[in-house]
Amino acid sequence: MTLELLTANHASALAATLAGRANRSARGFGAGVYPITPQTECIELLCKQDIEKGHVVRVESEHSAMAVCIGFAIGGSRTFTASSSNGLAYMAENVFAAGFYRLPIVMMAVNRTLGPPWNIWVDHGDTLMLRDAGWIQFYCEDNQEVADTILAAYRLGEDARVCLPVMVCQDAFVLSHTIAQTDMPEQALVDQFLPTLDLKHRIGQAARTVGGLDGAHENELHRWQQETAMRSTEAVYAEVQTAFEQTFGRKLADAVVPYRMDDAEFVIVSMGTTHSTVRHVIDAARERGVKVGALRVRLFRPLPVAALETWLQGRTRIAILDRDLCPGLGGILWSEVRPFAPQGSLVQGYVMGLGGGDIRPLNIEKVLADLLARDKAERPLLMEVG
Amino acid sequence: MDQNCNTCHEPMLGGMSQTSADRSEALLRAGNTNCGGCGMSIGLQFLSHAIADTPVQMVIPACCGIVTAGPYPYSAYGAPVVAATFASAAAVASGLTAGARLNGEATRVICWAGDGGTYDIGMATLSAAAERGEDILYICYDNEIYGNTGGQRSSSTPYGATTTTTPLGKDVEKKDILGIMAAHRVPYAATISLAHPEDAVRKLRHGLHAKGFRFLHMLAPCPTGWKSEPAEGIALVRKAVQSGLYPVYEIFGGRDLSIDIEPDFSRDALAQYFEGQGRFKAADVDLDHVQRAIADNWLELRRRGKRPVTGKFERVGG
Repeated sequence: MTLELLTANHASALAATLAGRANRSARGFGAGVYPITPQTECIELLCKQDIEKGHVVRVESEHSAMAVCIGFAIGGSRTFTASSSNGLAYMAENVFAAGFYRLPIVMMAVNRTLGPPWNIWVDHGDTLMLRDAGWIQFYCEDNQEVADTILAAYRLGEDARVCLPVMVCQDAFVLSHTIAQTDMPEQALVDQFLPTLDLKHRIGQAARTVGGLDGAHENELHRWQQETAMRSTEAVYAEVQTAFEQTFGRKLADAVVPYRMDDAEFVIVSMGTTHSTVRHVIDAARERGVKVGALRVRLFRPLPVAALETWLQGRTRIAILDRDLCPGLGGILWSEVRPFAPQGSLVQGYVMGLGGGDIRPLNIEKVLADLLARDKAERPLLMEVG
Repeated sequence: MDQNCNTCHEPMLGGMSQTSADRSEALLRAGNTNCGGCGMSIGLQFLSHAIADTPVQMVIPACCGIVTAGPYPYSAYGAPVVAATFASAAAVASGLTAGARLNGEATRVICWAGDGGTYDIGMATLSAAAERGEDILYICYDNEIYGNTGGQRSSSTPYGATTTTTPLGKDVEKKDILGIMAAHRVPYAATISLAHPEDAVRKLRHGLHAKGFRFLHMLAPCPTGWKSEPAEGIALVRKAVQSGLYPVYEIFGGRDLSIDIEPDFSRDALAQYFEGQGRFKAADVDLDHVQRAIADNWLELRRRGKRPVTGKFERVGG
């Protein structure tokens, strides 16, 4: 094991490089890259790598970055790109296209506030905007998890039972620019963990059109195939977790990550690094005798419905923290998780930390106090932290 | 398909007979949805002839050229095709061609795009792929209109043409796409006349096999949008060439310009070109104005072609 001091941006680039090299005995590796704060360091480091049977195309926009990946992937190569915020918005058309083509592209996304007005700090709204694009989405909590999830994303997305693109999301600056000890595995281990990509529908010389017109009946079947693949994902992910631990000797986190949930009556649900702060508050509350636990939704697409139902079973009060805003609805995580809370429970949504506002333990304590004090739930509240 | 079968779907190529060097299967097959008289169909037949047995992969963005393939699981193309999003052809092709190169494959990657996907929405992607020197043959079949959506103006629509979004006729000139591409110093850029098959196929062949980014432009009659007789498309192109309206030339390395077909700058041919198309009726196009624009364009071409400005050509009006 070699521990290195890396930002999550650099760890992402190194993980993509390892995965790219691991496909050298098959159809190689390609990337289309375009800079955007706070993702830039990732693609800068990628451009410095020497990847056998690999090629990085420096394009003129995010839209083309994804298009280049689509071209590589349709030809059967392993692919990677990275983006953030408005870059993802600009890329969106081809993000959907990659989903519809069923190409196992892996994209690292740094969650950043959409503008204008401009703000470069964390907000999950950019990737949540793409939740219907037919991509698997993971939201990570630390640098190691970002690197590990990128490696796992290739094995998961490229599995013939899944065959879907994967987005690996991390919080702007909190992870992207924060240096942490990270274990980057040896190439030999990655080679062992990642089978080479054998994309069944890659184009060769047979006369056919990929992505052409689709009648209504074919379209509903093609779309439903995406849903079927999404529903296969969690079972395949469990296999990937096992293989990951066998190969690298450490666990790959679950779809839903629990914290002190054993006897918890109250739960705080969140995504990304918010959960790290939540855990400190849980510890403090537990010392005061409050039976509170926390859940982190790590896998957001497909939404791990069964795991959420199981973890929420029997809990009486549930706080859902959204670092995003869907104007006219409230929080996206709240709207997605709420249906799976047990009947009769009190579920309150809190929108907080928009524009990268620093979510401190104090703010989570306020959430907990509000959750415990209220006699009924209402529409999501803005919990100001800035 | 039996190459000698006289009921095969690939028609004669402007008098060029089918040979054993042709593709065993036509590039544009039966069942395609193109309108009668579609210039793009003829362009594909020329391309089919030029490709012969070279392995190719095509990238086609949103345009009539992808609709013509027909619905899944059918494909009217006799070659593998990726249907790309509207602005993405040159970028998807960049990935595809690099992947083929990584794997030592001889596949030539061809973008086949309309003027909307080239002059307008795909311009940034196209420019970037040309700047990077991607190994792609990019062909723009230019019907001077958003044909697929029912005939709206593009930046390739010529001065005076009525479209559904310029009901009184367009009041500005079209872009000089070859000038734009030549300014990228691409190895090869050329215009193709569908009325001159030998010159066209020669350029398609050169474009197919040359290395780096190659750009070909073909004026493609659209009877539906041009409000012209389907059977008259090639005659219209011939008149566009003869009158000097559509110069047929090629540029090597972005600088070395060679004129391939000398027009006679016939005023009659120009008048017939405009009269043969309903789209020019509303604006009552001033042919003197058009001829002045032609003259200016040819002065520029002659200058770049390093040839003396002499001969049949003379400047009309002021």
